[in-house]
Amino acid sequence: MTMEKLTRRMALMSMAVLGSVAAIGLAAHPASAEDVVVKVYTAIEEEQMPPYKEAFEAANPGIKIEWQRDSTGVITARLLAEKDNRQADVVWGLAASSLMVLDQNGMLEGYKPEGYDQIKDDFKDRRSDKPTWVGMDAWASAICFNTVEAEKLGLPKPATWKDLLDPIYAGHIVMPNPGSSGTGFLSVAAWLQIFGEEEGWKYMDALHANMNSYTHSGSKPCKAVGAGEYPIGISFSYPGVKLINDGAPLEVILPTEGLGWEMEATAIMKGTDKLEAAQKVADFSASVEANKLYNQSYQVLARKDVDAVLPENYPANEGELLLSPNNFEWAATNREAILTEWQKRYGAKDQPKS
Amino acid sequence: MSDATLAPAVALTGKVDPAGGQPPRIRPRASGEDWVMRGAIALLAAYFVVTLVLPLYTLLIKSAEDKDGNFIGLANFARYFADPALTQSIVNTVTVSLIGTVITIFLAFLYAYALTRTCMALRGLLRAVALVPLLAPSLLPGLALIYLFGNQGIFKGLLMGHDIYGPIGIIIGEVFFAFPHALIILVTALSVADQRLYEAADSLRASPFRIFMTVTLPGCRYGLISAGMVVFTLIFTDFGVPKVIGGSYNVLATDVYRQVIGQFNFQMGAVVGLLLLFPAVISFTVDRIVQRKQVALLSARAVPFQPQPRPVIDRTFLIISSVIAALLLLILGMAFVGSIITFWPYNLAPTLKWYDFTRLGTDGWGPYFNSLRMAAMVAIIGTAIVFTGAYLTEKSRGAKGLRASLHLLAMVPLAVPGIVLGLAYIFFFNASGNPLGFIYNTMVILVVNTICHFYTVCHLTAVTALKQVDAEFEAVSASLKVPLYRTFWRVTVPVCLPAILDISIYLFVNAMTTVSAVIFIYSANSKLMSINAINTEDAGNTASACAMGMVIVATSAVLKGLHSLLVRRMQRRTQAWRRR
Repeated sequence: MTMEKLTRRMALMSMAVLGSVAAIGLAAHPASAEDVVVKVYTAIEEEQMPPYKEAFEAANPGIKIEWQRDSTGVITARLLAEKDNRQADVVWGLAASSLMVLDQNGMLEGYKPEGYDQIKDDFKDRRSDKPTWVGMDAWASAICFNTVEAEKLGLPKPATWKDLLDPIYAGHIVMPNPGSSGTGFLSVAAWLQIFGEEEGWKYMDALHANMNSYTHSGSKPCKAVGAGEYPIGISFSYPGVKLINDGAPLEVILPTEGLGWEMEATAIMKGTDKLEAAQKVADFSASVEANKLYNQSYQVLARKDVDAVLPENYPANEGELLLSPNNFEWAATNREAILTEWQKRYGAKDQPKS
Repeated sequence: MSDATLAPAVALTGKVDPAGGQPPRIRPRASGEDWVMRGAIALLAAYFVVTLVLPLYTLLIKSAEDKDGNFIGLANFARYFADPALTQSIVNTVTVSLIGTVITIFLAFLYAYALTRTCMALRGLLRAVALVPLLAPSLLPGLALIYLFGNQGIFKGLLMGHDIYGPIGIIIGEVFFAFPHALIILVTALSVADQRLYEAADSLRASPFRIFMTVTLPGCRYGLISAGMVVFTLIFTDFGVPKVIGGSYNVLATDVYRQVIGQFNFQMGAVVGLLLLFPAVISFTVDRIVQRKQVALLSARAVPFQPQPRPVIDRTFLIISSVIAALLLLILGMAFVGSIITFWPYNLAPTLKWYDFTRLGTDGWGPYFNSLRMAAMVAIIGTAIVFTGAYLTEKSRGAKGLRASLHLLAMVPLAVPGIVLGLAYIFFFNASGNPLGFIYNTMVILVVNTICHFYTVCHLTAVTALKQVDAEFEAVSASLKVPLYRTFWRVTVPVCLPAILDISIYLFVNAMTTVSAVIFIYSANSKLMSINAINTEDAGNTASACAMGMVIVATSAVLKGLHSLLVRRMQRRTQAWRRR
């Protein structure tokens, strides 16, 4: 065989391998029909996406949802980065505080969805008659407590935020860094509101002394606690409940002084060329049917007229313990100052003990 | 990469000496063909400008803007350096990078020495094992280290009360991640040795230690420096390992994350991104200077070094490298175990349920096929661009300044951290009015981004291979009036085929694991398995994240295996000219 022939054969063979790999990839992609496709950006959990989509599409024939999902921080950063050339039509299921940042950048379209009068006041953007976002459900800070590890270490079960200051917990607590996690920030903002600014910082000074480390993601403390890495993590209920259902020896504790909380909300992007379809998504998001779907993962819902049931293994009384009123406006305006102060106090000595 | 990448340097020494030195050169007038070449070079330059220069410029200009886009000069930098928490990250990053580099180079040198300078058994197997970390997404070593050394870890006791979350974890993870990169360079460096020097030292009765210090080490010092620089840069800019295992030990790469993802502060993110670039650029410059000296070191009359059996030394090195290989496999193996355990650490019953990705949500195995498609496109298109590009910068005549700057540009991607490149892409390609905006939200932008991200190593491989092809070929074909493209296709490409295949498999493997550069630009239709693994871990499903990582490793391993078979067959058939 000549060298050239051989080369060609080798090249063909490698092309064939890569080509068939590409073909496998291509085969897995069905094309979409002539329906209106709305691009929906979201931070809801993966497993919530199929039921939400199915329910919406069943109620709104002719409109199809195309999800773009990522964690809260990534999707917000992406929406902001795309500011000059909007890609999303609707945001369905993103932290209200993130939507407020988008709103400050003038990126949201005001719209009052059907059934708006049934939305609780706390879940409304009450600044104007044309709200730019509408709440869906609430999640609140919580303590994830690993009963097996706590017993090994002889740690009592905490019931309040102040309990966590007991020196017995030194080195056994993790929480999210408020600079990288919205959940971390809502806890910090809540302490400053519950205890007052001065006492709040004093509280965090003392808590810092007991802190093992600060994580990047908001659900990480609970997950690490579920895997027995630490006995106590400050996080929120949802990941804890999920881990309990998976078999983790966890308890989700709601401290009695009050809970910082945040809501998932829906908004229409300004400038969307599919305004009508986008409004349908906003309408559906505020509907009884959608609220019942939210109730499968969350206890506190936006609508007054939906009787919330307690999801399996979900801690009771979350509704009563929510910090009220929760001053989102204040938290949003002072966010940078709070983070700078936090970073100054706990960031620089933010070193592990090795 | 594989044997084939490592071979060129050896082959170089066996090159036929063009006896009588350089023939007198008459500079011909630029022919039609030259103009075609120059056109192609201009195209290549345009490609670099669009896929690398402009996006980076768009991002870096942000470091001098306030949130409303007004120019504020260096004010962001002043703010950055006034913040002790942020500057602490610089100290942290330098610390872990230095320690990680020293450990990596030390281990990789022992390993490379064992592979190239001893006659120990199992060399082929050990070489293959050492490259395994290349196949794993950076999430995997992080998760495996938690299973191994976390507070519930199997070997927690080995840390003697220290915490894996922090510098220790980062350093172990980075050594795993950087080891194969260092090894590739060091194996190449150690393969280049002149037997005559060793014969001379022997006849002078130098002790083995003295020979090592006076012949072996000086002979590969450039390789050592080069490997050190590459490893330092890799660790300095890596984000995956510190994100998973860093605890609250902040490094620059996680600071970019905190600024951009946590606080949506793109300007400060750009500032940190620029800082990440800076040391990498320095190390790159040093590397270039060193490389230039290296050329003079090689003599065309050198006799390739052939290791002689030395039973004691061979056995010692077999033990050392087996231990290192076992450690690498242990980390990967632990990730596999993590993917088949029901619920770590409370229910250790084995299960395959974490491999059932359909139960996680809408995507199922879709992202896996997207990843395959993307990786295959990157491998095919990328290889064509890289190789043609390297050919143009190496072999064409004229436009010298432009060719030199293209070569320089090809080096830049190594220094750009993924998250910086990803942001740069979103700002540039999604800017309103960019005529290329249509590729945003498609698979194309992922392909372009990934080719750019991994360009440097491929370019260097192609250049190394092309340097072996004597320039005489072009001269001869020109005098025989054979069109250049035919020489390219009939001589250059066949001769360089091992390198070409190496480049394509390298691109494929990296495209399967890429995360930080693409996380901002993938769309609902082009979600990748590697991103899915990160999101799954984020959602609390560590076991499934491990499972996804293992699927990526398995896929890459299969393709890598096919590639090795292909190369071996080919080397027997077409590369016989390499042997003496």
